[in-house]
Amino acid sequence: MSAIELSNVSRWYGNVVAVNDISMTIGPGITGLLGPNGAGKTTLLNLMAGFLAPSRGELTVGGRPSWRNPAVFTMLGLVPERDSVYAFLTGFDFVRSSAKLHRLPDPDAAARRAIGIMDMADAQDRRIATYSKGMRQRIKVAAALVHDPQVLLLDEPFNGMDPRQRLQMMDLLEEMARQGRTILFSSHILEEVERMSGTIQVIVGGRLAASGDFRAIRRLMTSRPHVFLVRTSADRALGAALIGRPAVTGVELTPRGLQVRTSDFGAFSREVAGLCRDGDIRLREVLPSDESLESVFAYLVTS
Amino acid sequence: MLPAREPDETTGAGETRKPGETSQKRAVSPMSGLLNPVVLRITLRATLGRKRALVFTLIPLVLLLITVALKVVAKSPVWPAEFLGVFGFSVVLPLTALIIGTSVLGAEIDDGSIIHLLATPVSRLSVVISKFAAAAALTILFGAIPEYLAAGIAKGFSDKLSIGLLTGALVAAVAYNALFVMFSVLTTRAIAVGLIYLLVWEGLLGNLIGGVRVLSIGQYSVSVANAIAKTSALNAHLTSSTAIIMAIVVTLVTLGIAARRLSRFALKGEAV
Repeated sequence: MSAIELSNVSRWYGNVVAVNDISMTIGPGITGLLGPNGAGKTTLLNLMAGFLAPSRGELTVGGRPSWRNPAVFTMLGLVPERDSVYAFLTGFDFVRSSAKLHRLPDPDAAARRAIGIMDMADAQDRRIATYSKGMRQRIKVAAALVHDPQVLLLDEPFNGMDPRQRLQMMDLLEEMARQGRTILFSSHILEEVERMSGTIQVIVGGRLAASGDFRAIRRLMTSRPHVFLVRTSADRALGAALIGRPAVTGVELTPRGLQVRTSDFGAFSREVAGLCRDGDIRLREVLPSDESLESVFAYLVTS
Repeated sequence: MLPAREPDETTGAGETRKPGETSQKRAVSPMSGLLNPVVLRITLRATLGRKRALVFTLIPLVLLLITVALKVVAKSPVWPAEFLGVFGFSVVLPLTALIIGTSVLGAEIDDGSIIHLLATPVSRLSVVISKFAAAAALTILFGAIPEYLAAGIAKGFSDKLSIGLLTGALVAAVAYNALFVMFSVLTTRAIAVGLIYLLVWEGLLGNLIGGVRVLSIGQYSVSVANAIAKTSALNAHLTSSTAIIMAIVVTLVTLGIAARRLSRFALKGEAV
């Protein structure tokens, strides 16, 4: 049975449509909910966790609607994006209070286990007020998985984490997914999730714009057209050489430098240095000029 | 409301509900187990840790200081009833309850930490009852007991005025907090709404229109106090049975509305 099912779910606030007619089924394994800021990812997660009623459509978690049904949290864990923690508690007290609210038979053991999973044992006796953003994130995850939920929802879990913590968190999520759990996380940064396996759902403007597995999206990302601004000692000469390469699809001379379009990011970056050396051209700067999230998502959606 | 534990992981009426059925029935689940010790403990710590705690610890000190000063200088024999009845029951108790009652749940809704309680199978009624219990306990500690101490200083601790004021103050601590907890679930401007209720409804209309007194928590508490103290200085207008029955009705109805509203608690996404 699929853990989370949405059929034709919409949610609007007055005239603003935050989630527009989304149908999806999320089963065991890891799923990324990707999209630019304001796309409706948080609204969607709140709908799933029962913190928002669908304006239209059906939404169930484990076969039951989550709206006005706190019992859904016996199988669901939620890690909100907001730093919504009791900062005056120690990390251990915070996680143990979660365990008690879930009426677990041995709250201390459950708290120790969850804190151990998140690698927070060293800091568990400090007040949360003293934690860094990454540590707060991890203690929130520990509190959300203290009752060993079948489904874990995480809103922007990698926010504020350094690259090492991010990798560790991804490994952890993938490990939980391998044990048959349903893990759904949201992110607005594609690069954050490049290493991940599993499926993704791309949300743009409240609509489900694309879905598929990570590998396909990754391929699209590396083969999407990139635009670079290149400044050299001899723009015109380099431009002439570049246009002869198959990876380059366009060259334009601008007052600021050479604007180069390429369909193969990797090949272009390898070749540009060689061409400069061969032509005795001094390469001053290579700037990606088309890296806004919206353009990346727009490309993913149209292809 | 006794701090009894629920047998296992019973979650109000939630466990027995079929998909699609609405949860209206949750409000009638048994009272035992509704007081959640974890929610209570966290709420007490959070409320005492906020800056507001300074205000509700200072108010009773002011009350006691003025009482001591009046005992030295006041000539009129009815000053204890006049001062503690009027200043105590129309300023100290309602303000203390307002500050505490709007903070126990309202502050957590504002800063989002309420999610930690709501993202668990604990029933929303249980959250409301536990928050209310914490607020009532703190108001008794910082409002009702200082009122009794002041009356004791003025007239002696076993005087019928002291006993009456303490009993009335307990009624105020319970009923006001139920109302203010409800305000904090219904609106983000609970303090303003509470002040308007106190100043306009109880203060202004309550003095002008007799019928308003039947719906005035201030009147319930002074009327209960007067039933024991029996002094016209308290300015009580209701019979004790009306006051007690209405105080219970108001408490239950406002808490019921708060729980119902909290069960529809919604978080907004970033798109709005």
